[in-house]
Order: sequence, then structure tokens, then C-alpha cells
Amino acid sequence: MTIRFVLLVNKQGQTRLAQYYEYLTIEERRALEGEIVRKCLARPDNQCSFVEHRNYKVIYRRYASLFFLVGVDGEENELAILEFIHCVVETMDRYFGNVCELDIMFHLEKAHFMLEEMVMNGCVVETNKQNILHPIQLMDKTT
Amino acid sequence: MESWANVIMKKAFKHGSQNTIDQLKTIGRELSMGTQGNWLSSKEYLDLVKAIGEAKSKAEEESIVMAEIEHLKKRIMEPDVPRKKMKEYIIRLVYVEMLGHDASFGYIYAVKMTHDDNLLCKRSGYLATTLFLNEDHDLIILIVNTIQKDLKSDNYLVVCAALTAVCKLINEETIPAVLPQVVDLLGHPKEQVRKKAVMALHRFQQRSPSSMSHLLTKFRQILCDKDPSVMSAALCALFDLVSADVKGFKNLTASFVSILKQVAEHRLPRAYDYHRTPAPFIQIKLLKILALLGAGDKHASENMYSVLMDVIKRNEPGKGDPGSNITNAILYECICTITAIMANSKLLGLAAEITSRFLKSDSHNYKYMGIDALGRVIEINPDFAEEHQLSVIDCLEDQDDTLKRKTLDLLYKMTKSSNVEVIVDRMISYMRTLSDAHNKTEIATRIIELTERFAPSNQWFIQTMNQVFELAGDLVPVKVAHDLMRLLSKGAGEDDEEADSLLRSSAVESYLQLLAEPKLPSILLQVACWVLGEYGTVDGTHSADDIIGKLCDVAEAHPGDNVVKGYAITAITKICAFEIGAGREVELIPECRSFVDDLLASHSTDLQQRAYELQVFFGLGADLVRKVLPVNGSGEEIEFDRELPFLQEFVDSALANGARPYLDENERLGVDSGMSSFVSSSRSHHEPSHGLRFEAYETPTAAIPSGSAAAPSSLLPDFEESVTELTRSVRNQTDSSQVDLLGPEVARLRLDGVQRKWGRTSGSSQPSLAPTPASEQQRRDSGVSEGASSNKESSPAEPRHEIYSSSFEGKKVEREIPAEKQRLAASLFGGSSVQKGSSGGVKGGVKASKAAGNVRPGEKGVPPRPAAGSGKKKNWSAAEPKQASSSLMDLVDMSGDDSLPVHDAKASYDPFKELEGLLGVPSTAASSTSVGLGKSTMDFMSLYDSAPVVSQSASSLAGDSDVLSLSHRRSGGMDGANGVEGGLIDLNILPSLSPLAGLGELAQSSSSLSPSTGVSDKKGPSRQHSLQKDAASRQVGVTPTGANPALFQDLFG
Repeated sequence: MTIRFVLLVNKQGQTRLAQYYEYLTIEERRALEGEIVRKCLARPDNQCSFVEHRNYKVIYRRYASLFFLVGVDGEENELAILEFIHCVVETMDRYFGNVCELDIMFHLEKAHFMLEEMVMNGCVVETNKQNILHPIQLMDKTT
Repeated sequence: MESWANVIMKKAFKHGSQNTIDQLKTIGRELSMGTQGNWLSSKEYLDLVKAIGEAKSKAEEESIVMAEIEHLKKRIMEPDVPRKKMKEYIIRLVYVEMLGHDASFGYIYAVKMTHDDNLLCKRSGYLATTLFLNEDHDLIILIVNTIQKDLKSDNYLVVCAALTAVCKLINEETIPAVLPQVVDLLGHPKEQVRKKAVMALHRFQQRSPSSMSHLLTKFRQILCDKDPSVMSAALCALFDLVSADVKGFKNLTASFVSILKQVAEHRLPRAYDYHRTPAPFIQIKLLKILALLGAGDKHASENMYSVLMDVIKRNEPGKGDPGSNITNAILYECICTITAIMANSKLLGLAAEITSRFLKSDSHNYKYMGIDALGRVIEINPDFAEEHQLSVIDCLEDQDDTLKRKTLDLLYKMTKSSNVEVIVDRMISYMRTLSDAHNKTEIATRIIELTERFAPSNQWFIQTMNQVFELAGDLVPVKVAHDLMRLLSKGAGEDDEEADSLLRSSAVESYLQLLAEPKLPSILLQVACWVLGEYGTVDGTHSADDIIGKLCDVAEAHPGDNVVKGYAITAITKICAFEIGAGREVELIPECRSFVDDLLASHSTDLQQRAYELQVFFGLGADLVRKVLPVNGSGEEIEFDRELPFLQEFVDSALANGARPYLDENERLGVDSGMSSFVSSSRSHHEPSHGLRFEAYETPTAAIPSGSAAAPSSLLPDFEESVTELTRSVRNQTDSSQVDLLGPEVARLRLDGVQRKWGRTSGSSQPSLAPTPASEQQRRDSGVSEGASSNKESSPAEPRHEIYSSSFEGKKVEREIPAEKQRLAASLFGGSSVQKGSSGGVKGGVKASKAAGNVRPGEKGVPPRPAAGSGKKKNWSAAEPKQASSSLMDLVDMSGDDSLPVHDAKASYDPFKELEGLLGVPSTAASSTSVGLGKSTMDFMSLYDSAPVVSQSASSLAGDSDVLSLSHRRSGGMDGANGVEGGLIDLNILPSLSPLAGLGELAQSSSSLSPSTGVSDKKGPSRQHSLQKDAASRQVGVTPTGANPALFQDLFG
């Protein structure tokens, strides 16, 4: 029950953030992202937010022009991951204020820091927004 | 500055066009850049990000990134790059890699940056390093030192950054370098540090459990940490530990239960809430652990009952409320736990209830979860599937590929011999739609497994396998093809030669037909060639020339495929041999002549040899050929004499000349220690060895025995003298064409097991081969239930049939359009009745073909499920009396009168009215599954009325606004379903409305009309039974299509 990767992709299929919790070569990542994005973006809104791809199960959610995709393995609670995505977005929203694609692009490292706080070793470790943002805000203050 | 930008943006939102909004927003973002990072990013960086963001195509993006790489390569190497600038370069490198290009030229700078004193730089450095490097990269060794230093830092944020990097970069070899420090950090005053230290240990545990074995108690201690986030981190590690060793953690059950209780009771600070649900992710993790601990452990399970009840109660939405995603996620996890542990009937009842709610939801997400949950619930109570058959069929036929696949998974789990044909049929048609190899392989494997386990007849098995070969082609393991050939050669495992030869003839026909297709996968051609060679001419319908011609065509059409050619030439050899053996003159057709000539000069020695063997046969006498290649000889066992007595003379003379006597392996090991090391080392040569060899090599003198090993070459003349021996080897050769390919592991493949499986069912299934393919086809087309009505055995039902058709002649048109869905449901789930019907059908076929009809009754007629279900059902009946009362199973017995109170009250009505009542019900059931058809269900309209059926799903996905709206919207769907759901629940409460319940009465009333005899025995294939079967099949046919409810209403209203 682990998260294998978190991907942010816009609706043109361009990657905006990628975090893998297992090592894949650049070529493998490219291929995987291409295939998954093609699959997910082609699905109408009313179909379910889960897609099986190879040995991954991908749970995705769309926010305006951005797709959040989370790849998991086997026995994962899909609904919980769906809400985890929302929790990520809420956290980013609290930090950036009305987060948008450009925020994530300009502050790529910040978005990564938040994910680092929330997911470790492929497990969801933190969903308490105070706990997630506190170290990042402290860092902003000191530097 | 930021607020100013926001003001502009907000104004722009109100007044401006989309274009100006975008422009202003970009300006606003750029202006606000600095305020959050405190560092104003350079113009260059902003331009790059903007260019990437505005790239309209992949090609444009590519060219931007390529230019960026060139730029960075130059700039990053300049001396004295200021740290701000360097940090920016590193992030730009991250962009380069993220967009799929190699940035390895800059890795070293990322590693360097981890040394930086500035926290932001350090953390960015660590981040880039974890993104760039895997744990086995050469640069890792450079970073370990930095990590060690940072773990000692006074600044806890630095420690946190280092621990985060530890989780991704430390490999097995470097664990000892940081382990003591990480363990020390478990006692750090800051909870963030403790949390990350736990996760670092979790990572070490995953990488190298052995180095952690002395630290397991640490995890238990951390579970009691006063900070919830540290405790929840410990849960991640404990989940892994518990799944590896359940017994060792049983004593923690009570702790987990009490933690879950406290979390559920909202004892954690509000900051841990997610949408007012207390720490849902912690709850889910705890539920997963409890599932592991309670599995197969009554005592542990009992401790969980109350907390599970509590969690469900707290998350269960009010009536009509679909609940939120997160509460439903917890509820789903509860179902998983309940079905994993030894739950009581009350919990199982709740699990079933929640599953029902999911399945009836409009949201595909909930349906998906429902299908998954259903798969879990029916493992405990198989009967539960019946209640939801229509929902399952809906999901199976949905456009949504994910849902369809999930449903096929479910069907795969519930396949049994009674529904295997329908399910495999579905899987095959799904496979037709697939294009990628991964999915195809997966589903082909499943089809093969199901077919091997449950095949009702050998003929069906062969046809299914052919389809699989055709669709999945070379993705199918060769073994499957060999199994199929073996099945054909050995027959059904019982001494019924007639059936076997029928099977073979039909196989020949089907392959001749198949070969007409233009493009076939190699594996299918191999099987086809083998079958044609072995049995093509056996039954006399096809002449040898015909078959040989076909085989030549196959070989010609696949010039590059040596395996197929090999199969073809061997098949031709066999056919020629059969002809010669039968004393007929064989003249190869010119086509074949040239084919053989080709092969005689082939580059492949294998093909050459096969061609030469064919030639040898033309010079041999009929008697000899008959011995070498007997007709239908592939099934016979070939015995080997391992003692090789005919070599005794040679051995004796060799010994007399001073050769060393032969010792077998064991003796050699025991006698000669030097030899044993030789043996072991030579063995380690064969297997991939990792370690170094420390023993010296054997001295070359040991090779002397090999002189005698070379001797067999002089033996060959002896072999050749005896023609029988030679031809015997030919025989082996032809046989090896099927077996050799398997390789050595063939010995442990469970071919015999497969045979046995077929053998078990063959008692009743084998004779059912007798019907012609046409009737077989018909049976499959019309669904299994149809078999019951065409069944001669159910003759008592015949009068019923007449009454039925005469009184409803006018409405026959209606009936001609059977609800495909219901039929499918019946054949899949078999409702117990239909299942009986179907098995009756099979049995009927059996009896028809076996005129004697002395088939053991009940062997197939009583499917295993009711027996298995009744044992487990005890658990359930208490929780779900309603369900039980409407269950067909009780009806079949007809003994439990009290289970049908409503019907007994109406028992005096005439059958016509009964039918009306019966028919009325399915219409409501059918329409209630599709929301749009509310009109036809007059009586239930009130239920729909009360619910506002407003589709919110459309609104939940906001338009193209760039700003993410976060109004806590739900992912839609379920809200709209409220009313309908309520309606459905109410429907289920009325037992008299159960469409299945109505059947019993129909059957009962009709039985009084039927003139036939028969002592009504409750268990055997009684009159009543067949009536019910018939009624069931009628009912299935009669149900109106959902597409035309109004018409139905008019006719029957």
C-alpha cells in the first residue's frame, strides 16, 4: 500500500511536477507519463477517477487546467487517495492563496517541499496543514 | 506588493476580458514572486518558466528545454556563481529532467549545494539530489558525509531536511553510517524531527530488515508518542512489520483498537480533521492494521467489534445522504477490515448494507468501490451477489473501461462451473477491445485459468483456447498449447473412444476453418498443424492430399517461422506414414514435393532432419511404418528402460579393458571428496553464482573417465544396424516436437492436475459433446437458461408452457425482446433458480445424448454453491431476514411456507393474475435501475418525488478558470442519487415485490394444473423443480426491456 508517484500535468499533457517514490530512468518516466496522461485526459468527467495502467492504479483529479495524478499499487484505498489529492490542493491553496498552475511553476521547489512533508516512503504521513506548512513558512522567514 | 496585485486581479475578474485577466494575473504573480521566497527570482528564470508554460506543443517545449540545457551547461560551470543564482540553476535543472531530458551534467552541483549554510539552498540541494539520483548512484557516497553532519545540526529544520534525504538516498550499504544518529533522533524534542526519524527507520526496515531487527521495540514505543503525527508515522512502519509477522504483534491489538477509538471519538486536535472528519488517514491506516491482526483470529477479532461498529456509526451518512468521499473512504476500509477478520453477523450485515449503497450510487467512483467491496463480501456470503446482479451487469456494460475491468475482476472471483461460459465469453469480447500487451496477457491468463478449471466440456475448452490463441497470440505461454494438444491426444481421461474421436474430428474441422483466415498467430498454427497431422485423415472425411495441401499452404504463408514449418513437415510425415501404414500408395503432390525439397536444403538442421525422416518413410514397408507411427499413437505412454541392457556387452568389454566403473552421482559424492568439490563447483557454473569460488580446480587427470564418455560414438553403428531402433528414435522425435519445446521444467508443470480437473467433471460433461456444434452454439447464444426450456427432461413443464403461450399470445412481441441484461444476470449469478435451471439444461443434454440416461442425478444438478452457502449463511440469516425470505433458495425447497407469507395469502388467485403480478414487478425493478425511467413505476413515483434529482456532477467540475476553486465540492454524482436510492431501499423491503419470490407461486399454481405424474421429491429433479426452472427461464425471457417501459405499462397495467 504505497504511493509510487505523484504527477501534476496540465490539460495539454505537459508535466508540471513529478515526484517518484521508486527509481525510474528518465526514458521510463517519459514513457509512463505519456501513456498515463493520454489515458486519463481522454476520460470523460462522469467516468470514475481511477485508471489501471500496467501494474499501477492511477487516481486522478482535475482542478481547472491542472490534473493531479497519483500512482499507487495493489491494496490502496482509492477514495482515500482521491481525498489526499484534495488535501494537497488545499494545502497549496493555503500557502499560495488561490493556487494556480503558474504558482506551482514559479515555486516548484515549494510545491515539492509540501509533498515531501506529506508523503514519505510512499506513505501518507501528514495531512495536518499546520504541520505541513510550518517548516516551510519558517524557512521563508529565516532566508 | 502582493495585495496590490490581487486588487488588480480582482478588478480584472469583474470587468476585464479573459485575455486581460490572464495578462494581469501573470504580472501579479511575477510581482508577488519575491514576497514568498524573499528572493526575487531573476528575469531569466521568470522568462524560462513563462516560455515553458506558454509552449503550445511538445516540440516547442522541447526546443526551449534544449536551448536551456546548452545555456545551463555554459553558465553553471562558471567560477563563483553566487548561491542565489546557483539555487536557481539547480531548479532549472529540475525542470530539464522533469520535462524528460538528461541533466546529469549538473548533478554534482546539486550535491554541492547540500553543503550550503543557507537553509533554503540546502533544502533545494537535497530536493534536487533526491529527484536526480537513485540510491545506487556513484555520487551518493559524497552526500553521506553531509547528511551525517546535518543530522547533528542545532537547527531542527536542517535535521529535518537531512532526514528527508535519508529516506530517499541511503542504501543498504550506507545504513550503518547514519543508523545510530537516526535512532538518537527518536528522542529529539521537536515532533517533526521524531516523525521524520521514524520514517527514516521505516525506510531502513524496507531496505534491510536484518539491520533493524534489534530496533523493533522502538516502533512500539513510538506508538505511544504524545504527538499524533509521530504516532501516525509509526503506524506506517508498523503496518509493514505486522504484515511481515502478524503473530509478533498480536499483543498490540488492544492498543490499536484504543487508538482508533480515540481518533474516531474526535480526541485529536481539530487541525488533524479533514473536512470535519477526525484524522481520516490515520483511521484508515489503523483499520488496515486491524484487518491484518484479526484475520483468522477469533479472539483478536472480537476485540474489534465495538470499535468497528463505532467507526461505521460515526461515518454512516443519514438516510438519503450519499456521504462525503472521505467518510465513504473510511467506510470502505471498514468493509475491507470486516471481511478480512472473523466478523460477527451484525458487522457483516453493515458491510453488506454499505456495499449496497455504493453499488446503487450514481457516482462511478462509488460504483467502483462497491464492486470491489462486493468482491470481498461475497467471499464470505456468496448469495449476496444475487441481490446486486443488475448493478453488476450495469457496470459490466458501462462505457467506463476501469469499471468494466473491475467488474471482470469480480466475475473472475465468482466464476464457477455453472457460469464459466458466460464469463469467459465476456472476457473474450473484452479482450477483443484491448490493444496493449500487458492487459491482454493478464486477461488471457485469467481466461486460461478459468477455462482449465471449470470447462464444462472439452469441445468448449478447445474452442475457447482457439479464441485465446487467436486474440492474444504469442502472449500465451507455449505450455497452454501443449496442454491443449495433450488433451486431444489423451481424450477425456475416460475410456470413451467414440467421444474422443468425435472431439478430434470437430477439432480438425474447426482448425481447417480457422486456417482459412489470413493472419493467425504462430502458436495457433502450431496447434492446428499438429491436430491436422495427427487426426486430419483419421475419420476419413478428408483425403490425405487435402490435408497435406493445407499444411503446405500454412508453411508457405509463414516462410519466416521455422517452428510452424517444423510442425507442418512433421504433420505431413505423419499423414504420409498413416497412408503407407494403411497400405495405400502415396504420391506427394507437387506443392508438397517442392516444400520438402526446400527443407532438405534448409539452414535449420532441425527442419532438415525432419524432411529427411519423411523421405525415409517412403522406403519402408507398411508393417514397419505402422509400428513406427501408429495412428493415434501420440497419447500412448512411451516407456524408457533406463538400465539400457543392450549396452551391457559394451560396458563389460570396456571394463575388461581397464575402464573405471561408473558411479552415480550420490556415490561419487560419498566416496570421493575431491570429486564432490568438482561436482559442486561445476554445478555452480550452471547456476548464476554470485560468490567467489575458493576451492582449487580439479587437476586435469580427473578428465580421464571422459575418454569412456566419448566412446558412445562408436556405439552409433550398433544403433543404426537396427532399423527399429532408428525409427523408434524418429517416433520420439515427432513426439518431442510437442514436448521438447517445453524445456526441462515440463516435469513439474501440472499437466496431470489439469487432466484430473477435467476428469472430474467429465463424468457428466463428456457426453454433452454429442450435440452438434449448431446446438452447442444455440445453447450458448440463448443463454444457459434457455437450455432448461428446450430440455426434454422438463416435460412436466410443457403444459405450463402452453397455457402460458396461449394466454399471452397477443403480447408475444413483447416477450420476443427479452431483457438482455436480465438474461445475462441469470446466467451469471444463476439466482439459485436459474442456476438449477441451467444445470438442469446441461443434464438434459447429457441425458438426451446418453439415451440410457443413467447419469448420476445431482452430481451436476446440485451445484456446490448452495451447499457451501448454507453453512455460511447461518451467519447471515440473522442479520438479513428480508434478504433470506426473498432468496430463491428457500423457494426451491418449498418447505419453508412461512418464508412466503404474502404469497400464501394470495394463493387462491388464478394463475393469470399471478402472472400479471409477477410481470409487473420486474418492470419496476428494471426501471429503478435507470433513473430516467421513473414514469413507468406509478406506485413508486412518490418515492422519487420527494427527492430533488438535481445533477450536481456537472457543476462540480468548474470551467476553465485558472484559479482553483476550493469550495469543498464533492466529486459529484452521489448527491443526485439520493432519492433514487431511498426508493430502492424501500423496494427491497417489500418481500412480495421480489421478482424471484413471485416465481415460486407461479410454479406452485402451475403444478396443480400439470397432468403429469411424478412423486414430488424435494431434493431430486422433481416435477416441482423443473416447473420452477421453466418458470425461471420464462421470467427471464418475459421481463420487459428497460427501453420500452411505457409499452409494458400499457399492456399489463
